[in-house]
Amino acid sequence: MRPWARSAAWSAAIAALLAVVVVVSAAIGPVRIPPETVVKSVLNALAVPSGIEASASGVGPLPVPGVGPLTLPGVDLAFASPFAFPVDSVHQRIVVGVRLPRILLAALVGFALAAAGTVMQGFFRNPMADPSIIGVSSGAAVGAVAFIVFPAALSATVALPLVGPVEVALSRGAGTSLFAFVGALVAAFGVYAIATRNGRTPVATLLLAGVAVQTFLGAVVSYLQLQAGESLRQIVAWLMGHLSGAAWSEVAVTAAVVPPLFLLLLAYARDLNVLLLGEEEARGLGIAVERTKRVLLAASALVTAAGVAFAGVIGFVGLIVPHMLRLVVGPDHRTLLPTAALAGGTFLVAADTVARSAAAEYPVGIITAAVGAPFFVYLLVTREVTEL
Amino acid sequence: MSADPTVDAETTGAADAAESAAGGGDGSEALPDTALSFGDAPLLSAADVAVSFGDLDVVSGVDLRVEPGSLVGLVGPNGAGKTTVLRAVTGAVEPDAGTVRLGGDPASSLSAREVGRRVASVPQTTNLSFDFRVRHVVEMGRTPHLGRFDAHGTEDDAAVDAAMAAADVERFADRSITEVSGGERQRVLLARALAQAAPLLLLDEPTASLDVHHAVETLELVREFVDGGDRGAIAAIHDLDAAARYCDEVVVIANGGVQAAGPPESVLSASAVGAAFDAEAFVGRNPATGTPAVTAFPESDADPRSVHVIGSGRSGARVVARLAAAGHEPSVGVVPEGDTAAGAAADAGATAVTAPPFEDPSPEALAAARDLAADADATLVVAADGDVAPTANGPNAEVAAAADRVVPVADDVDDAELLDAVAAASGAEPAE
Repeated sequence: MRPWARSAAWSAAIAALLAVVVVVSAAIGPVRIPPETVVKSVLNALAVPSGIEASASGVGPLPVPGVGPLTLPGVDLAFASPFAFPVDSVHQRIVVGVRLPRILLAALVGFALAAAGTVMQGFFRNPMADPSIIGVSSGAAVGAVAFIVFPAALSATVALPLVGPVEVALSRGAGTSLFAFVGALVAAFGVYAIATRNGRTPVATLLLAGVAVQTFLGAVVSYLQLQAGESLRQIVAWLMGHLSGAAWSEVAVTAAVVPPLFLLLLAYARDLNVLLLGEEEARGLGIAVERTKRVLLAASALVTAAGVAFAGVIGFVGLIVPHMLRLVVGPDHRTLLPTAALAGGTFLVAADTVARSAAAEYPVGIITAAVGAPFFVYLLVTREVTEL
Repeated sequence: MSADPTVDAETTGAADAAESAAGGGDGSEALPDTALSFGDAPLLSAADVAVSFGDLDVVSGVDLRVEPGSLVGLVGPNGAGKTTVLRAVTGAVEPDAGTVRLGGDPASSLSAREVGRRVASVPQTTNLSFDFRVRHVVEMGRTPHLGRFDAHGTEDDAAVDAAMAAADVERFADRSITEVSGGERQRVLLARALAQAAPLLLLDEPTASLDVHHAVETLELVREFVDGGDRGAIAAIHDLDAAARYCDEVVVIANGGVQAAGPPESVLSASAVGAAFDAEAFVGRNPATGTPAVTAFPESDADPRSVHVIGSGRSGARVVARLAAAGHEPSVGVVPEGDTAAGAAADAGATAVTAPPFEDPSPEALAAARDLAADADATLVVAADGDVAPTANGPNAEVAAAADRVVPVADDVDDAELLDAVAAASGAEPAE
């Protein structure tokens, strides 16, 4: 079978598994909801664009220099719901309003972490690599914890061109996420900058720079925890990874960031295969090695940052899932990358379902680590690890 | 694709050319087609290239040229910089000075993809530890021909199939690269480079971990690759005999630069090899191929002497060769014309006094041999058949009688004893 056809077949199979897990997960909770009701509720909530109509309000007035205030005619998309199954409205609200955003966020975060983990393991040619290896997770942790401890700038007035001064207010959750996201990218860029000499970034140096930066940022987080006082509990919850209280807006932001970057990574799947030969051989085979490395690093840092920004540090998904899938589908990234990403989403949805079904809700990071670590030990003991 | 490895002395190159012509017109029917051609421009020309790692100058002033249709061998001691020179060609290390041109264009002006289309490398080994199928590894050779979103086409499949057949790796095409032996791995890398279908093939010790059969097959394959006429190859080779046998040109890299370059017959001299490798060497002829055969000995630090050897056959030849390698000035005689010892003397550039076989030597020949023996610092009499204390007999008794210092040596004398005997007879302290 052609590599991409093989990839599509495997991906379809795992996507189907993900869909099943999503439906089952949405059915489970304090209120038990039959799976068919879940499906009907989801279908009821679907809205498809049905037409375009002139907007009542329009856009503006905008202060256009030299012309004066200008109001642009706007258009609205009209949406229609094609399905209207008779469903208990409470069930409908629980599924669509409460459980689905959390489940989809879990799926997206798991997808992002597993995709980034796959890329990092290939990039570093090292089975112990995971998305946090270039400092992304610890950078996110510093950003988030700093914001929790010093929630100084909850609102600010920003002067935007054309629009004028705008009051920007951050909710506590959004602020934490934003700071985590920025912290993740700053840390990743710092690691990259430390490891780069004369335009070349040796992966061994990158790995060590990552370890150094992670260690340092770990110290910063520990210090901040000492200063935390009242908010310590919140910090611990964030650090362990959590998906509770996920909102549709968070799902939307993650969905806007992760899939496009994933497609970018997927476009580099063949280059990633060739990079496994070592950089010198990859160069001999026509790969622009340094540029490819920059693209892969930047894209996977962004994907990881998007993953941890809302959900906190969730360990082991990015480490374990690529391993499992490599055992199943082989090392070809054209198949491995999409299947590992989908499986990561599936795994995190399942783990989060367990986390929220317990008597007291646990941070999902505890579940992934508690399941993932023994599985990893199992892999070490039963498989020839040399082949990984 | 293969010729019988023991084929025909002297005419290896010609035989290959003829075989290629008979085989497929352009001699490349079994190899993936090379789309690129640069006309008369050399596939590779490097001028005054210098490479250093930090403060360590590895090589400098390196000039190289690979013309279409030729195989250039890089030889030299370990650490001389053969691999570094090859890496400078592919751009894996940046030269501090000099220019490398591929097909006429400066390599530094070409994109990685364009370099990949012009040069295909066979590294010594690969550190691929993920378990890709062998076929998949060979398919990676097509990378420079594929756009980011291109799938493998029929042309790519054909190139991969042809390359796997040529490198004899089809048998384990579906095995994991981590499960094949080192030699098989090396052939997979060769197949990958052939699938790359570049006009210049660059090989780093292509036969280092191959068995004798596959080593010969590999070099024959490279020969076939270049004999088509449009393609060329450059290979770092440890095995000097193989370099002499297969290369059109040999470049000796030693002591930080190019020590010698030219056809193997002229480059692989005892003195050039000795200087490059810090070893004593004798360059004879491989009886099976007729090409130079290099034998190296440990350094003996002997003071050069003139030594006349009375002895014939393999034992006589061996003594002459060893003495010549140690820097002595041997002569031999009287021996029958065409005798192995006379051949060895010819290879060493030494005098041999010969007589037609089955006849007594002429008085002139005997006189010449007597003069040599009389003038020599020492005269060795080599036992004909393992005598402990050999004596010259027959016509050569007369030659021995003319010598001042006659030293009998057994025909199985070891190298150290032989050199000590010469040193003692010629009045110097025995070498340690």
